[in-house]
Amino acid sequence: MSSTADRLIYMANQIARNLATMGDDAAALTTANHIKQYWEPRMIAQIKGTDQSALSPIAARAIGLIHGTGPFHVRTAEPASIDGTGPCDAG
Amino acid sequence: MGYEPQADFGTPASTAETLVTLTIDGRSVTVPAGTTVMRAAAECGGSIPKLCATDSLKQFGSCRLCLVEIDGARGTPASCTTPVAEGMTVHTQTPRLQKLRKGVMELYISDHPLDCLTCSDNGDCELQDQAAAVGLRDVRYGYSGENHLGAMPDLSNPYFDFDPSKCIVCSRCVRACDEVQGTLALTIDGRGFGSKVSAGLASDDFLSSECVSCGACVQACPTATLQEKSMKEIGKPERSVVTTCAYCGVGCTFRAEMRGEQLVRMVPWNDGKANHGHSCVKGRFAWGYANHQDRITKPMIRASIDEPWQVVSWDEALAHMASEIRRIKDKHGARALGGVTSSRCTNEEAYLVQKLIRAGFGANNVDTCARVCHSPTGYGLSQTFGTSAGTQDFDSVMDSDVILVIGANPTDAHPVFGSRMKRRLREGAKLIVIDPRRIDLVRSPHIQAQHHLALQPGTNVAVLTAMAHVIVTEGLTDETFVRERCEVDAYEEWARFVADQRHSPETLEPVTKVPAAELRAAARLFATGGNGSIYYGLGVTEHSQGSSTVMSIANLAMVTGNIGRKGVGVNPLRGQNNVQGSCDMGSFPHELTGYRHISDDAVRGQFEADWGVALDPEPGLRINNMLDAAVDGTFRALYVQGEDILQSDPNTHHVAAGLKAMECVIVQDLFLNETADYAHIFLPGSTFLEKDGTFTNAERRIQPVRKVMEPANGYADWEVTQLMANALGMDWSYTHPSQILDEIARLTPTFAGVSWERLERDGSLQWPVNDTFPEGSPIMHVDNFVRGKGRFVVTDYVPTDEKTGPRFPLLLTTGRILSQYNVGAQTRRTANTAWHPEDLLEIHPSDADNRGVKSGDWVKLASRTGETTLRALVTDRVAPGVVYTTFHHPATQANVVTTDFSDWATNCPEYKVTAVQITPSNGPTGWQEDYASWSERSRRIAASINVEAAE
Repeated sequence: MSSTADRLIYMANQIARNLATMGDDAAALTTANHIKQYWEPRMIAQIKGTDQSALSPIAARAIGLIHGTGPFHVRTAEPASIDGTGPCDAG
Repeated sequence: MGYEPQADFGTPASTAETLVTLTIDGRSVTVPAGTTVMRAAAECGGSIPKLCATDSLKQFGSCRLCLVEIDGARGTPASCTTPVAEGMTVHTQTPRLQKLRKGVMELYISDHPLDCLTCSDNGDCELQDQAAAVGLRDVRYGYSGENHLGAMPDLSNPYFDFDPSKCIVCSRCVRACDEVQGTLALTIDGRGFGSKVSAGLASDDFLSSECVSCGACVQACPTATLQEKSMKEIGKPERSVVTTCAYCGVGCTFRAEMRGEQLVRMVPWNDGKANHGHSCVKGRFAWGYANHQDRITKPMIRASIDEPWQVVSWDEALAHMASEIRRIKDKHGARALGGVTSSRCTNEEAYLVQKLIRAGFGANNVDTCARVCHSPTGYGLSQTFGTSAGTQDFDSVMDSDVILVIGANPTDAHPVFGSRMKRRLREGAKLIVIDPRRIDLVRSPHIQAQHHLALQPGTNVAVLTAMAHVIVTEGLTDETFVRERCEVDAYEEWARFVADQRHSPETLEPVTKVPAAELRAAARLFATGGNGSIYYGLGVTEHSQGSSTVMSIANLAMVTGNIGRKGVGVNPLRGQNNVQGSCDMGSFPHELTGYRHISDDAVRGQFEADWGVALDPEPGLRINNMLDAAVDGTFRALYVQGEDILQSDPNTHHVAAGLKAMECVIVQDLFLNETADYAHIFLPGSTFLEKDGTFTNAERRIQPVRKVMEPANGYADWEVTQLMANALGMDWSYTHPSQILDEIARLTPTFAGVSWERLERDGSLQWPVNDTFPEGSPIMHVDNFVRGKGRFVVTDYVPTDEKTGPRFPLLLTTGRILSQYNVGAQTRRTANTAWHPEDLLEIHPSDADNRGVKSGDWVKLASRTGETTLRALVTDRVAPGVVYTTFHHPATQANVVTTDFSDWATNCPEYKVTAVQITPSNGPTGWQEDYASWSERSRRIAASINVEAAE
């Protein structure tokens, strides 16, 4: 893995591959959500701006789902947690 | 008040629930059934003379000093071996007892040096105390009979001496090494008058024996026979302060025993909830690094990393830092700045560093070392359970029937907890170990794992899925638990997935290299053996499927109903003393304290209101992304507190390139570490002995750290961060860490009930501590999971992209050793180097033979990433095809060979799987020599202008 862009493409493909058992639609959506939750804006801009031919189909769809800045929550309702910790944790 | 030894009740407490009332010397006392008469006397203000009894060990009954008279009972029973009975009447002092006790003491003293006044145990010696208690006045046998006064002392251990001339052969040391530590290194050699304590064979001394220098025997010894060298040199302490160890995630509580501001010794505190009076070599003895000559106490700056450091005043260093940060921020924006919090510094300090970065620098580029160790735990457990921490406390292991240890080596990395686990195993609990290497736990004195699944590195998910397959297909699921406590749809989808034939142990055997029958037996044992608990470490998380493995572990716990009570649970063995705390304190780039996402407007709004500044709502960069961005030119300044990313992060060349590309690297540490080679500003830090604050251990237990001496560098670490913040124009005015803790509690629901005052009162608290759990939470997910229902997550086995091949046919995995700690910054600067002066490469005999390698030979360890050289150790602890090394010494440069592969969800580096080749070598590589000389050049400190020239 040489450049940062290559690394980002690898990361996106890796996420998509690990979520593949969810089925294509759910995997693309979950990959998009994951990236939006944990990737810094520059990284998202970079992967959107680079040559995307090396992205796997699910990863490519996921990148396509991410638009703009600001919070992006795929889940419509966070499950209520008893003690106030957020339902999704360290990444 | 002065110095008082810790209370010793003679024999261990009883856990029975029925109570018994008896009378001792006319005083009535009520104690649990099973308590000994000796302990009952101690609990009602008495003190029956004793020498071979101490309350950390089972009663022994050998010294015959503790005899009592009991109405209606014949003779003079030993109170240590006599359990209380309802209505018993005990007399501890009668003329007959007096005579008997004096007789015993006379025999002891007839063979004991009479140098009390110059003895290192003067005033702290139980033999002295008992001679006084029994009223010994003369020894009728005289002193010219046969004796042991000429016995040679054993000074081999760097921290304590063994002087057999003072030994009374009470066997406390032997029993401590057995019951408390579980190493069984000591024994009584010989018989009768010739009995003597021996550290193994007659040819062994303490250093060459199996002794792990935990200090349990030193603590147990009633005389000066086993004595700390520091006590000999300094003298009896004058006061003691309870504080928490700064090494590993067990978080042992110690009494720092002081004379003035000099630390005499660290003695484990018996009331410590994590350690219960035990310790390991590091916390107990290896605290000398605080005074090591390498310690830097003055700030230093330099314009470029090729120049030597210039010592400057604090004002100058801070002004320079502020101007650099402002300059870079103006030119490149706030997102070009970032920092790394320390998982060794306190909660308050981690909180302030992330506050400085978010509110002061203006970016969310903050990360912590959990990135490279347990970040998959955070992700995996939050997805399945709803919270990112272990579910139990350490004591829970004592109620476990089947213990599954995967990717962890507790006897080396969490020794005090490892000893407790071994105690439970010796009581009969069963053990399953999943590890490519035959760790000590697999087979050690009185312990043998029922199953050791020596899997191929990188196949954790396959093994756990195969185990799940066995449980689901053989009908071993805990249906009740799953139906009541878990999301049923998710369970059914998962159960369908694991039940598929392609996930059977037989189908996966070629991949995992684990014999199918063995795996099936292990799965059945875990599912049906009673309370099943899982303990795991970095062998689980430091993989490209680390998060998936954690989720597989959670799935396994849920399907067998092993959650929500004592003796079960999912237990990540957090490594650093405060990595749990550092994560809790919002050190991750995407979340604030309590693991709440930065993009959550309500949460962020609360912080903005409290801190008085707007915060960036987007996630920040993780450490490895900061390095990438630095090479790309968009990340320029880094503030690193108490962390050595150059030594501990993977792919050293990549880290060096990133650091080199930055304009302003600020390192705050005790020593010039490897990262400081690339730093422009060095701010000296303080040790855990020099500040107040709190650490949170692997049990979520928040414990106080108390200052016992003034910081040698002038400021506690949190004060340095505050100085930096104020130099940048913020107006922080904390005067004590308790105020920072109050702010944390105000802003974090899981910490709402935590305060310094509460910790002073209660000793420690396990979070969550709030209205729902006012006394804290030893066990989590008792009635419900934090997320409501537990969620099964399907985890498909995705092999790592790091493949072996003809050029790199072996797989390297890494780990830790007991005596050194992580990058060794602290332990290499103590006498612990006696045990592990260099990192060694463990290689199987067949692989070694094929290459003509013998133990002690230099070998070159090469991967696709880089190469380095170290000495070999031929052993069958590793399987053929697998090699192993540690990373405690910078000279080894072990991370030159590790790869860029990392966990898919968290980027936790895949340290545990590197394809390598081993070849004989004749010495260090060119890189190591270059690195060593570069490092040496980088640590030059120019003489201060104020130093007067020597005549």
